[in-house]
Amino acid sequence: MRKLKRQLLAGPYILWMTGFILLPIAMVLYYAFTTTGGSFTLLNVSSIAFSVHFKALILSLKLALICTVICLILSYPLAMILNRMKTKSQGFIVFIFILPMWMNFMLRILAWRMLLSNNGIINSLLETLGLPMIDILNTPTAVVFCMVYDFLPFMILPIYNAMARIQPDIIEAAKDLGAGNATIFFKIIVPLTMSGVISGIIMVFVPALTSFAVSDLLGGGKVLLIGNVIEQAFMQEYNWNLGSGLSFVLMIFVIASMALMNSRGDETGAGVW
Amino acid sequence: MKKKLLLVLSVSALFLFTGCGRTDSPNTLTILNYGKYIEPEILEIFEEETGIKVEYEEYITPENMYTKYKAGAIDYDLICTSDYMIEKLIQENEVSEMNYENIPLSKDLDQTYFEFSKSFDPENKYTLPYFFGTVGILYNKDLVDESKVNSWDILWDENYAGQIIMADSVRDSFMVAQKRLGYSLNTTDEDELRAAQELLIQQKPLVYSYLVDEAQDEMIAENAAMAVVYSGEAGYALEFNDKLAFSVPDEGSNMWIDCWFIPGRARHTEHAEKFLNFLCREDIAMMNFEYVYYATPNTRVKESLDPELQNNTTIFPPAKILENCEVLKSLDDEATMKYNLYWKEIKSAD
Repeated sequence: MRKLKRQLLAGPYILWMTGFILLPIAMVLYYAFTTTGGSFTLLNVSSIAFSVHFKALILSLKLALICTVICLILSYPLAMILNRMKTKSQGFIVFIFILPMWMNFMLRILAWRMLLSNNGIINSLLETLGLPMIDILNTPTAVVFCMVYDFLPFMILPIYNAMARIQPDIIEAAKDLGAGNATIFFKIIVPLTMSGVISGIIMVFVPALTSFAVSDLLGGGKVLLIGNVIEQAFMQEYNWNLGSGLSFVLMIFVIASMALMNSRGDETGAGVW
Repeated sequence: MKKKLLLVLSVSALFLFTGCGRTDSPNTLTILNYGKYIEPEILEIFEEETGIKVEYEEYITPENMYTKYKAGAIDYDLICTSDYMIEKLIQENEVSEMNYENIPLSKDLDQTYFEFSKSFDPENKYTLPYFFGTVGILYNKDLVDESKVNSWDILWDENYAGQIIMADSVRDSFMVAQKRLGYSLNTTDEDELRAAQELLIQQKPLVYSYLVDEAQDEMIAENAAMAVVYSGEAGYALEFNDKLAFSVPDEGSNMWIDCWFIPGRARHTEHAEKFLNFLCREDIAMMNFEYVYYATPNTRVKESLDPELQNNTTIFPPAKILENCEVLKSLDDEATMKYNLYWKEIKSAD
């Protein structure tokens, strides 16, 4: 009886999973492997080999990778600096980093459009100072820039959390035993923060790979990512089968990247799922 | 035990999504229209005068409308959309014939536009014209040589590199290249399509961005020198910035007509006809024109406007321009796929 009650508690979650995760995935799979008429086909999935689709996938992977590396390079030292501060100011700085996330994601992208446009705020400022104007809007640079801006907190927070968990005693013990700063960093801090780095990488890489809104708004329609191809298939072409087929391929890439990260995590004893 | 519970829950989840019964109240009218495409007050007046409750919904592009309609979750009584999409729906037998006798005021609509409508509604029995216009170049007089805007060639002029906004929609962008090459904008000829695609790829390095609705805002903010836009959007932009002007190139362009139609699944045809008649009434049509600011086919409204506005060629394209214009026609599946693929190739070109 008690066991049943406990199962009932899981009810809403199972309902949620079924209705909003399993059913949609099943529908994507169904559409991915059928034609508009409903008969079986592999064409939707294999169409990833079309030069346009393949090019878009490669560009997505490339931009997501660049974005993740930049986020990591920015976040790691920042997390270390944060960790050395007084507890009170730590909380404040973390709060500052989370603050932009209170605003709607689309609004923030649109704000960057205004800032970066030809006659935008940044350019007018540069012009009055007599500096050369920047011309990055509607290029892949702007897309990467905005993705870094949007996803940075997802990298900082897990790394910072992992770092905050390291006991100062361990570092002191290492110093007692004669370890230099470099040894402490590479032998203690890096391995102990690996779990944070890995969840950070996944939380930045996956949304960056599947993103389409940023490239749509800041790429000026000139940067075609795989997410844009899928969106176009669904919304413009009314070709749900093609959209699902490409989504399926993208899902494989997402799962592969997570599995890869996860196996790295296992080695250090810090899986993310 | 666990398995059973899971089964029960997943089945009930299924019901949650499919089992919703449809309720139908006789005194309502469900309308689907483009965004910002009717004076909202008109709906209130209609409700007050007739006691019919209006349920009003909006969409962004004709393709969105098609997806929404085909999904079938709501039975619309009246839909407004563009020429080629209506043609597609007529071909799919989704449109009911319209009984014009129940819309007596439709006689005030200029017969010319029924003639144009024949390209998608050959016997004029399915649609009622709502607004119409063209596609052209909205440009900034300070930045552009005005003697050259009478040709699409200017969109390939290297002097304007990085200052050109193209339309982020397949048919509109192809139209520009096709008209420049002297082809029909409804061509499905492989060589002609490839040639148009070639031109658009050549043009890509000069393009600032591909936009739809935001193009007018970028032009008002003077972020670009020229943009390919609908005449109605141009009319709107001119109100905000005196430096802007609009031109439809001599090679010709797209003339579009948005029409009302009653879908096959409509449940309140009478109400829909009443509403259409109401829209044709002079005072209501006037209010609506002042809000939407696109060219209206309603002769009574046009005649009572200031002469200056009547001669405003941005809003009311002159007959001479319309001569070279074509109405978009619906393409078959194969041609649609070709257009979409070629368009993606343009978008992913370096």
